[in-house]
Amino acid sequence: MAQHTESLEERVQTLPRGIRGLIADWASDRQTFRVSWGKAMMWFFILSDVFVFGAFLSGYAAARLSAALPWPDSAKVFALHVGESEIPLLLIAIMTFVLISSSGTMAIAVKYGYERNRAKAAVFLTLTTLLGLTFVGMQAFEWSKLIAEGFRPWTNPLGAPQFGASFFMITGFHGLHVTAGVIYLATVAAQVLRGTYEKIGYQRVEIAGLYWHFVDLVWVFIFAFFYLF
Amino acid sequence: MEYTGEQHHSIKVYLVVWGLLFLLSAMSYLVDYFEVRPKELAWFLITAFALLKAGLIVSYFMHVRFERLSLVYAILLPPLFILALTAFVMAEGGYVFDVREFFFGK
Repeated sequence: MAQHTESLEERVQTLPRGIRGLIADWASDRQTFRVSWGKAMMWFFILSDVFVFGAFLSGYAAARLSAALPWPDSAKVFALHVGESEIPLLLIAIMTFVLISSSGTMAIAVKYGYERNRAKAAVFLTLTTLLGLTFVGMQAFEWSKLIAEGFRPWTNPLGAPQFGASFFMITGFHGLHVTAGVIYLATVAAQVLRGTYEKIGYQRVEIAGLYWHFVDLVWVFIFAFFYLF
Repeated sequence: MEYTGEQHHSIKVYLVVWGLLFLLSAMSYLVDYFEVRPKELAWFLITAFALLKAGLIVSYFMHVRFERLSLVYAILLPPLFILALTAFVMAEGGYVFDVREFFFGK
């Protein structure tokens, strides 16, 4: 593995960069993507997932535009009571900050991995996993609260029934990705601690990071288009 | 920059991006909180902040800025088709609304 990567690096160093590099990479019968197969495959998976969420958000836009009843005001639906006052979207704002923070700790874990700093990489990976768990927990709370208030995929007390279909489908699929990511990251963290990557290199941490950042990326668009619009 | 297949960046880069993501999230939350009007302005600001956040995450956290262009284009160009999909289904959604209004009235 290490030998293979080294010869790949040597070859890539002799190639032109920029637009000329783009043409050179696609120009003849040879390898186009000069990254490990694991990284390339994770990128292809992410690309396919981009289309899954792109379809969900497009479907949500179509459902919302075609709704005959008024669309429920997300600022009110997702408001939380704090003492006397009602703060709109409070839980969602906290969830957003938790997920962004987990992306930050993930990026730092990747950095420490490549620096062969096993302890710090494991600490930041564990931190990322815990923040992911926190996010899933808050989402479970949000779902229970809405279900208790009578929100269903086919109806809700505040207006257009399409709201529930979009909400449960989009946040449900995203939550599923976060849950899968938590399990994935916990596995990678365990392997870092066990020293698996001392022999084969720390790129698997970066690949897990790509997945985790993607989950954060999807939330950016859900937060903007579903909660704030 | 030397190509090594590994990503080595100073921790400062990540902390700055992290801070910017916090700032942009807070700003888009405030747009909603203070009910910026007209609605179009609020939508524009929220979309712009979301695209900036997405750009930061993809460029720096996912290191796309430091990858070769063959990979970058393979990743970034296909999702543009989603814009076409969204445009078509939004037009369709508006049409379905008109049909519902026409047949079922107010």
